[in-house]
Amino acid sequence: MGLTIRRCSATFQACRPNVPVDVRMRAAEPVAATLAKDGAAKDGARIEAGNDPGLADGGWRIAAAGRWTLEWATAASDALDRAPKPPGAAAVRLDLAQVEALDTVGAYLLNRLAERLGADGHAVSVAGLRPEHSALFDAVRDAGKAPPHPIEREHHPILDMVVRTGQTTVNAAKEILDLVGFLGLVTVTFARLILRPSRLRLTSVLFHIEQTGLNALPILGLLSFLIGVVLAFQGADQLKRFGAELYVVNLLGISVLREIGILMTAIIVAGRSGSAFTAQIGTMKVNQEVDAIGTMGLDPVELLVVPRALALMITLPLLAFYADVMGLFGGAVMAYATLDITFGQFIRQLHSAVGINTVIAGLIKAPVFALVIAMVGCYEGLKVSGSAESVGIMTTKAVVEGIFLVIVIDAVFSVLFSMLGV
Amino acid sequence: MAGSPVIRVRGLVTRFGPQTVHDGLDLDVERGEVLGVVGGSGTGKSVLLKEILGLIDPAAGRIELLGHDTAELDRAERTALQARTGVLFQNGALFSSMTVAENVMLPLKEHTDLAPALVAEVARVKIAMAGLPPDAGTKHPAQLSGGMIKRAGLARALALDPDILFLDEPTAGLDPIGAAAFDTLIQGLQRSLGLTVFMVTHDLDSLTSICDRIAVLVDKKIRVGTLAQHLADPHPWIHDYFHGPRGRAALDAKERNQARRHEEEDARRLAKG
Repeated sequence: MGLTIRRCSATFQACRPNVPVDVRMRAAEPVAATLAKDGAAKDGARIEAGNDPGLADGGWRIAAAGRWTLEWATAASDALDRAPKPPGAAAVRLDLAQVEALDTVGAYLLNRLAERLGADGHAVSVAGLRPEHSALFDAVRDAGKAPPHPIEREHHPILDMVVRTGQTTVNAAKEILDLVGFLGLVTVTFARLILRPSRLRLTSVLFHIEQTGLNALPILGLLSFLIGVVLAFQGADQLKRFGAELYVVNLLGISVLREIGILMTAIIVAGRSGSAFTAQIGTMKVNQEVDAIGTMGLDPVELLVVPRALALMITLPLLAFYADVMGLFGGAVMAYATLDITFGQFIRQLHSAVGINTVIAGLIKAPVFALVIAMVGCYEGLKVSGSAESVGIMTTKAVVEGIFLVIVIDAVFSVLFSMLGV
Repeated sequence: MAGSPVIRVRGLVTRFGPQTVHDGLDLDVERGEVLGVVGGSGTGKSVLLKEILGLIDPAAGRIELLGHDTAELDRAERTALQARTGVLFQNGALFSSMTVAENVMLPLKEHTDLAPALVAEVARVKIAMAGLPPDAGTKHPAQLSGGMIKRAGLARALALDPDILFLDEPTAGLDPIGAAAFDTLIQGLQRSLGLTVFMVTHDLDSLTSICDRIAVLVDKKIRVGTLAQHLADPHPWIHDYFHGPRGRAALDAKERNQARRHEEEDARRLAKG
């Protein structure tokens, strides 16, 4: 240790005898020339280190000069790293008299230097600090004393993955339990409202019927029509080979009425209204409006969830019926255009192909889907915490969960219907 | 350059539809001073702040920031100027998706080419200087109390060592002890960093304790003066503001503090002598 330093020191003496070694660092390009403070001299932070001429017994002097500010910080930091180290346990005098400008970063770097030298066993004294810089220098020194925040422990990638998988599983299970609990809460509130119907917010229900039902008609109608067109076209293409073009009506009738009409409706409503419920209630949660409802002796579930759920349970069957009609209409148009099946033929064939049971088998799912979508939307909205980011996360979650549950329940219905032979 | 005001507003006119908020407003803020801006609700304090920051364009008038006319700057110059101003918004306006440390590091990463390790260290120092505990850096804003959010916002505003610090009601929503501590913090930072502070506030204690001058927005214009000058102003709103019960209480508190300080100094001098 001592040897290397002596050698190092000797090298300096060889280079420039009796003169403090100048490791003057020209700072590289400034961060941005426009960032330069008013009247900034275009020379950056410099550092000079060498034997202290003022001290006889091998004292070491480190002199900082120039502008120790943010724009020169990288150069200053490099200069400090490259500056020769003081020998052994020499006392170090940090001379700051030539520092023209000092900001927090510069003060931090100089303090860090003093701290590191102190840790290496040097007695460090700071000299020549200009009075206008001393307050900042002291403030940064005091702030720097706080211990750095604890370094996070080393991560093991495989172990972490196992932990994450476990956490996700547990959270998913909790979520399902919570959702079932929430369903119970809403059911109880519904039951209470049936006993005291005057407490039902009729205006709110009507408002949400308009929002989720009436306003969804254009998009739902168009999409259902197009699905009908596509189904008829694809079906006709296949059935033509067997000369059974007319059976495209059977194909359309069964698939649209039993599955596609209601499924399309539920998915569009989950994306349109489920997300809106989450965002509305979530924003109210962020603004503490939900807390305010609670403190006024009102029930957030009764006030926010029940009207939405009820409105959706009323509108979704109607929307599904509308989607059925539009889907069949799209199919009829396509059948007429490509297969020359007239509307009269289409309706006659439809009568013979599907009974009222098929229509009911589709529409009976609608209130269930409505309840699920409203439930998930409101539940995720009430789970929003604090921030705007949380509203976004929960809204995404509500849509994904809503569509997922709709399809799962649809599959359950299919199994049920086949067991019942409907 | 020296001696010229860091903020110079001339003939500012602000209109929202038919309503005129400022009509020919002039204001100079000198380097290194703490200016408190007060005014009744709807007199356009926050609007003035936003106009100086370039968030709202005034209907007429010139705004010069550090000697540059803000209307004539191109994009790069505006960005450079913005790097020299720090803003603490009323509710902190911390980015909720980032931790406090990341919030403070963001301007450093965007506007400088410091090494990542140095950026992290500087952010830590700023967070400590703003009076936050060391573990606050890893927290998200939603996990902080109101007072801590303000301190974190201040740390972010100071990230680039700005020349001018804008504060929008910094002590609103803080308890009196927290508010006094925040005042002390701002004063300490102002002195050590040599900041110019433009502070919109309703806190009479802040006004009396840390502001060098006070700007009062009345009659769509601004009246700037020291506390003593405003106390002598016969304008009814200014009179009511400073001589109302709350104004009196704040002034009394200031006098008591000063008297106590004098007594302490006297006692010290006696003990020495």
